[in-house]
Amino acid sequence: MSHEGLHESADLLPEATKNLHRALLSLMEELEAVDWYQQRADACSDPELKAVMLHNRNEEVEHGMMTLEWLRRNDAKFDETMRTYLFKEAPITEIEELEKAAEVAEGRAGEAKPRASAGNQSSSSAPSLGIGSLRDL
Amino acid sequence: MALDLLKRKLAPVLPAAFSAVDAEAARVLKLNLAGRRIVDFRGPHGWGLAAVNTGRLDRLATAADRDVQIGIRRAQPLIELRAPIRLPIAELDSVARGAPDPELTPVVEAAEKMAYAEDGAIFNGLEAAGIVGIIPASPHTAHKLPADVTRLPGTILAAREALRQEGISGPYALVIDAAYYAQLLAAAEDGYPVAKRITEQVLDGPLVRAAAIEGGVLLSLRGGDYELTVGQDLSVGYAAHDRETVELFLTESFTFRVLEPKAAVALTR
Repeated sequence: MSHEGLHESADLLPEATKNLHRALLSLMEELEAVDWYQQRADACSDPELKAVMLHNRNEEVEHGMMTLEWLRRNDAKFDETMRTYLFKEAPITEIEELEKAAEVAEGRAGEAKPRASAGNQSSSSAPSLGIGSLRDL
Repeated sequence: MALDLLKRKLAPVLPAAFSAVDAEAARVLKLNLAGRRIVDFRGPHGWGLAAVNTGRLDRLATAADRDVQIGIRRAQPLIELRAPIRLPIAELDSVARGAPDPELTPVVEAAEKMAYAEDGAIFNGLEAAGIVGIIPASPHTAHKLPADVTRLPGTILAAREALRQEGISGPYALVIDAAYYAQLLAAAEDGYPVAKRITEQVLDGPLVRAAAIEGGVLLSLRGGDYELTVGQDLSVGYAAHDRETVELFLTESFTFRVLEPKAAVALTR
């Protein structure tokens, strides 16, 4: 059960932290399952069973990404960091510096990044102050 | 050149000055917005979102063909708020010259008004827009805020019990008006701050100050009870300018829905 992984007494933790814990634990389990299925598929000598293993592996990836999206919607730092690093073409270790340089060039340095806690801001929408949800304050 | 409704690229305002205006607006909004600290937030979905699906259907009583029923989907429209900000262009230009202390009082005033309007809709409702607020929606008997704030813990516990009896679980947040909040922060019992006792021993959620309400409300933060849907989130746009003054504005589009009216108990003065 997820409460077994808590490092502090459940009575001391707010519900939001407990839900975050549940999501993080679920994500860990899904990614672990991807690793297991991949190895089993590679080692399996029966083609049909191998196909089932690979199918299951891909299902676990889907489950993991659904959990990751929940984390993005409910944790401002996950949201901010994923917006910085995901779906970019530049070398991963250079993305942060490139983004800072672009902000300075466009005069956006110091501006808050927009935060979406559910749903996506449409591509036609204008830049906002990035207030979003304040439930974490 | 593609432009959005904020039209910022048309403003005679340098990027550094816009950044200062944005930062000041965001600071004041975060300080004053109370509803966003306690309700579920959905969005931002952008200007394109016009209404929220309620899942409800209103049947037309009469139809041309008796064998064909006509129902009209009921949607809750978003409202757009806009508060003007008039600033001297020379003062904004001073930011680009390195002035660390630009006079941005109009930004502060607009941000306070926007926060007040948004919170007013969330807590008190806005009938013309189909918004029922948290407080008028509550079916529970209202509890009276004690004039003596040292007795507030008892009132909170009684209100919490009313929620618990209806099966509304916590954590619970307490939202109170600005005057009572100030009174509470100043109060002490046997030298121990009453506010600290409440946040540490009575409440398991936040204590929130809301300028837009009179009295207070105790409500559940379990989620799924109150939903703020935002189209365009709070933003600064450009309206017009002359030789000396630029008119900017703070804007947003949103609507608010109470999904479980029983999740709050009103506290009256």
